[in-house]
Amino acid sequence: MTMNTRSQVLLWGAQRISAMLLAVCVVVHLITIIYAVRNGLSAAEILGRTRGNVAWGGFYALFVAAVAIHAPIGVRNICAEFGWRGRGVDILMCVLGLTLAMWGFRAVWAVVS
Amino acid sequence: MANLQVKIWRGAEEGEFQEYEVPRLESQTVLDVVTYVQRRLDPSLAYRFACRVGVCGSCAMSVNGVSRWTCRTHVSKVAPDDKLEIAPLRNLPVIKDVVTDMSEFFDKWAKARGRFTGSKTRKDAFAEVKPESKQRKAVDAAIECIGCGVCYSACEVVTWKPDYLGPAALNRAWTLVNDVRDVAQQERLAAVAGDAGCHACHTHMACTERCPKGISPTAGIAGLKRAILSATLKGEM
Ligand code: HEM
Ligand code: SF4
Ligand code: SF4
Ligand code: FES
Repeated sequence: MTMNTRSQVLLWGAQRISAMLLAVCVVVHLITIIYAVRNGLSAAEILGRTRGNVAWGGFYALFVAAVAIHAPIGVRNICAEFGWRGRGVDILMCVLGLTLAMWGFRAVWAVVS
Repeated sequence: MANLQVKIWRGAEEGEFQEYEVPRLESQTVLDVVTYVQRRLDPSLAYRFACRVGVCGSCAMSVNGVSRWTCRTHVSKVAPDDKLEIAPLRNLPVIKDVVTDMSEFFDKWAKARGRFTGSKTRKDAFAEVKPESKQRKAVDAAIECIGCGVCYSACEVVTWKPDYLGPAALNRAWTLVNDVRDVAQQERLAAVAGDAGCHACHTHMACTERCPKGISPTAGIAGLKRAILSATLKGEM
């Protein structure tokens, strides 16, 4: 079973939009890193910034969502090139996306809650 | 001038390089070299050419590992050490020596609906297309393709995925997508969408780097992806 063309097109659209989000998120993330390490990195300082902060929570959740969408679609394209196509790989990519999302959201929850 | 040391592929899919010595001349092209071998050294050598001036698209070969149109490739540009290795184009079946079977390459143009479909008759007036319109400019940038197959043989995705339509067929489809007179747009977008169509392209631009006509199939393919997404979101596909 191969996926219908419409779904393939929408996957590309999702990868494009998630790539745009990632580009913005990575820049924000890098600036935050530079700012955060300016006088040494400490757990207390990080948690002080993120605990109970809805804006940071939302930002990192969006970042995680973008990664969880973006990475499996791209990896699926690469699998296809090695001759690995069809339902099996599509299911595996869903599992990959869900796993990334689970780990990511768990990490976000840990610093925000 | 010193002689050129020339290796040319002999055989079909199975075969080997054979060595020839060819006098080095001024303003010599790679096609001149192959012609010299066939006329003076070994008449059994099979190769293809017609126009000798970069119009017909029949003379492309792999020259020192790079796909090129041989009639407009000067030896001085590609063989500073007077050594040439000439092989058939990659990604196409070899018929004999450096002659490849281009049928699949052109069948893919048909699959990509690379044929104009109009609605007017000879009784209608000419369509007016403004030269400065966005669509006409997109056509201008892509229309001069000579069908040489250089881009197709340079594309890694064609190697990995033999059913991929490839840069030349998709570039052709892009010129028609921008042809305001064409009435088969939906069918064409459907024909080039998906994992064996434009969505297989990784934008690594080997086709664009190699195209002797300075066309960027990569840009056209990106345009197709955008056009298809917008048609899909509008529910037209
Ligand atoms: C960090 C920020 C990232 C940015 C800005 C980014 C950007 C992009 C862009 C622009 C594309 C091309 C999409 C298109 O065709 O329109 C792409 C494709 C891809 N990305 Fe990312 N990406 C990022 C992170 C990642 C990550 C974390 C992975 C992890 C696996 C990844 C894997 C891929 C793969 C495999 C492709 C497909 C390549 C192809 O099919 O040609 N990317 N990315
Ligand atoms: S840009 Fe696309 S079509 Fe061109 S060589 Fe790369 S994968 Fe092939
Ligand atoms: S796009 Fe360029 S390289 Fe490809 S077939 Fe046309 S002229 Fe040749
Ligand atoms: S012989 Fe016609 S393009 Fe080279």
